[in-house]
Amino acid sequence: MTAATLKKVKKPGQKRDIVFPFINGVILCLLMLITLYPVLNTVAISFNDGTDAVRGGIGIWPRVFSTEAYKSLLSDEQIFNAFFISVSRTLITTILNVILTSMLAFTLSRKEYVLRGFITLLMVLTMYVNAGLIPNYLLISRTLKLSKTFWVYIIPTMFSCFNMIVIRTYINGLPEALAESARIDGANDLRIFWQIIFPLCTPVLATVALFVAVGAWNQWFDTQLYNGSKKNLYTLQYLLKMKLATSMQSMNAANTSADALVNATKSTPVTIRCAITVVSAAPILVVYPFLQRYFVTGMVLGGVKG
Amino acid sequence: MVFRKGTEIMNKAVTNNQVLLPKKKRKLWKTLWDQKYLLLMSVPMLLYVLLFNYYPMWGWRYAFQNLDLNTIKKGADWIGFENFAWLFGREDFLLSIRNTLAMSLINLVFGTLSSILLAILLNEVRTRWFKRTVQTVTYLPHFLSMVIVVGMAQNMFISNGIINTTLIKLGFVDEPVFFLGEGKYFWPLVGVINVWKEVGWNSIIYISTMTSIDPTLYEAAAIDGAGRFKRILHVTLPGIKSTFVVLLIMNIGHLMEAGFELQYLLGNPQVYDYSRTIDVFVMEYGISNGKFGRAIAAGMFKSLVAIVLLFAANFIAKKLDEDTLI
Repeated sequence: MTAATLKKVKKPGQKRDIVFPFINGVILCLLMLITLYPVLNTVAISFNDGTDAVRGGIGIWPRVFSTEAYKSLLSDEQIFNAFFISVSRTLITTILNVILTSMLAFTLSRKEYVLRGFITLLMVLTMYVNAGLIPNYLLISRTLKLSKTFWVYIIPTMFSCFNMIVIRTYINGLPEALAESARIDGANDLRIFWQIIFPLCTPVLATVALFVAVGAWNQWFDTQLYNGSKKNLYTLQYLLKMKLATSMQSMNAANTSADALVNATKSTPVTIRCAITVVSAAPILVVYPFLQRYFVTGMVLGGVKG
Repeated sequence: MVFRKGTEIMNKAVTNNQVLLPKKKRKLWKTLWDQKYLLLMSVPMLLYVLLFNYYPMWGWRYAFQNLDLNTIKKGADWIGFENFAWLFGREDFLLSIRNTLAMSLINLVFGTLSSILLAILLNEVRTRWFKRTVQTVTYLPHFLSMVIVVGMAQNMFISNGIINTTLIKLGFVDEPVFFLGEGKYFWPLVGVINVWKEVGWNSIIYISTMTSIDPTLYEAAAIDGAGRFKRILHVTLPGIKSTFVVLLIMNIGHLMEAGFELQYLLGNPQVYDYSRTIDVFVMEYGISNGKFGRAIAAGMFKSLVAIVLLFAANFIAKKLDEDTLI
C-alpha cells in the first residue's frame, strides 16, 4: 500500500525508484553469494579428487569429480559411532530440555503460585552471573564425576533459562479462561499443564526445540573437556575439530605454499575434512528451512522480555 | 442426626486447628498443599539450577588458594591475593585483556553497523519472495557450528584460497597474504567471520522494529518531498533509535565476552599475542596446565568487571530513560 501511494505522489522521483531497487537487489544478491560461497565451496571440495584438491582453486563446482572422500567416511567406524553419539545426545537433550523447561515456565506463569517471585528471581539472575569455566568444570568432573560418561552431554544441558522466559511469555499470552475452566472441571495443575497448556504451546516449543537441538548438535567443547580420552564418546563436531586442528598445525608449520602443499598431503586430506563438514552440517541445512517461520516468532517473543 | 453430628465434628476440627496454628501459618500450609503439583513441577528445577548455576560460585574461593593438579588431592592452602598478583605480573594475561576488549569492540561496532545496514536494505525490498529468500540465506550461518565456520574460513583464507587468488588477480598483492598466520590480520579476520556468521540473525530485531514504524510517516515524508534516502534518514533511522540504544547498552554489559570458540579454534602459535582472550587464557592455564586457582582468579576478574559494566550500563540506561527516551 505504501509503495503504491508513494509512486502516485512522487512523479519526478520515478527514475530513482527503478535505480535504487536494482542496486539494492544487486547488493543483496552479492551478500547471498558471499554467504553461500563458503558452503558451496566446501561441498565442491568434498566431491573433488583428493590429490587434485590440494592444488586449490576449486570454486563452487568440483574440478575432478570423485566420491572417494565419502566412500572412505563410510568405511570409517569412528565416524559412524560419532554420528550415533551426536544424534542421541541431540534427541535426548532436546526432549528433556523442552519438557522440563516448559514445565517450569508453566508454574512461573501461574500468578497464584507462592514461590513464583523467588524462583523467577533466581532464574533471571543466572543470565547475568556465571561462575565461569573452571568452577563448572570442577563441579561436573570432580564433584559429580560425570567425566568419561555419556551423561555429561545430557545432565548439564537439561534446562535453559532464556528459553524458559520465552515459553513463559508465550503462556502468559494464552487466555486465562482455558486453565480456569479446566480447573473447575476438576483437573489438577499437572493435567492442566500436560493436556491443555503443553499442546497449545507447540509453536514456541518448536522454536525452543530448534535452538536446543542446534546447540546440542553443534557442541564440541564438552567432549574436549570431559571425554577427550574416550574415543567411543566422541561427537561428530569434536571429530571435525580434531581434523581441523591437525590441518591448522600443518598449515602453520610451513609459511610457503610449496611446503604447505607437502604438509597438507601428510595430514587429513582436505577432501575428507570437507566431507565430514558436509555430513555434520547436513542435518541442520535440511531441517532449517522448514523451521524458519518458527524461530523468527521465537526471537521476537524472547526480545520482548530478554 | 447423623448430619448434625458430622457438622459438629467438622466445626470442632476447625476450631481445634485455629487454636493449634496461627492463622497466617495455617493458610500458608494450606496454599502449599493446594499447589503441591506446582511445587512438584518446579522444585526439582530449582534444585537443578542451585546445583549447576549457584553452587559453582562457591568455587570462587579457590581464587585465593594455590589449587592445582598436585594440591587438589591433599587440599590447597589459602594464599590471599597471590594468584591475582601473579596474573597481573604476566604479560600474556594483560595482552589477553587487551585482545578481549579489542575484539569485542570490533564485534560490537561492525556487528551493529552491518546488521542495521542489512535491515535497511531489506526494509526497502518490496518483492516479498526476494526478501524472504535473502533472510533465509543470511540467517543460515548462525546455525552452523564454529568448528564448521572455522574450517570454511580456512578454505577461504589459505594461500591458494579464493580470497588470495582474487587479490592477486585484481593486482592488490603480488604474493599470497598469510591471513591465518600473522598477528596483525587476526582481529580483522575475527570481525569478518563474526559479521558473516551473525549479520542476518542480528538484523531480525531491527527488521521487526522497522515493520512496526507507522507507514503514514513515510507517506507524509514523501508528500513533503523527501526522497528515498531522506526517508531512510528521517523516518527509518529515528524509528530504530530506541532499539539501537537498548541493544547498545546491553552489549556494553557483555564487553568482556569477546567469544571463546572462534579465537580458540582459529588461534595458533604465530598469532597467540593477538588471539588469546581471557576465556582462552582460562582454558589454557586451568584445563591444559591444571592451574585451577590461577585460572579461577582470571575468570573471577572477568566476571567482576562484567558486573561493574552491567551496573554502569543499567545506570546509563536509567539516565537516558529520564533524559531522552521519554
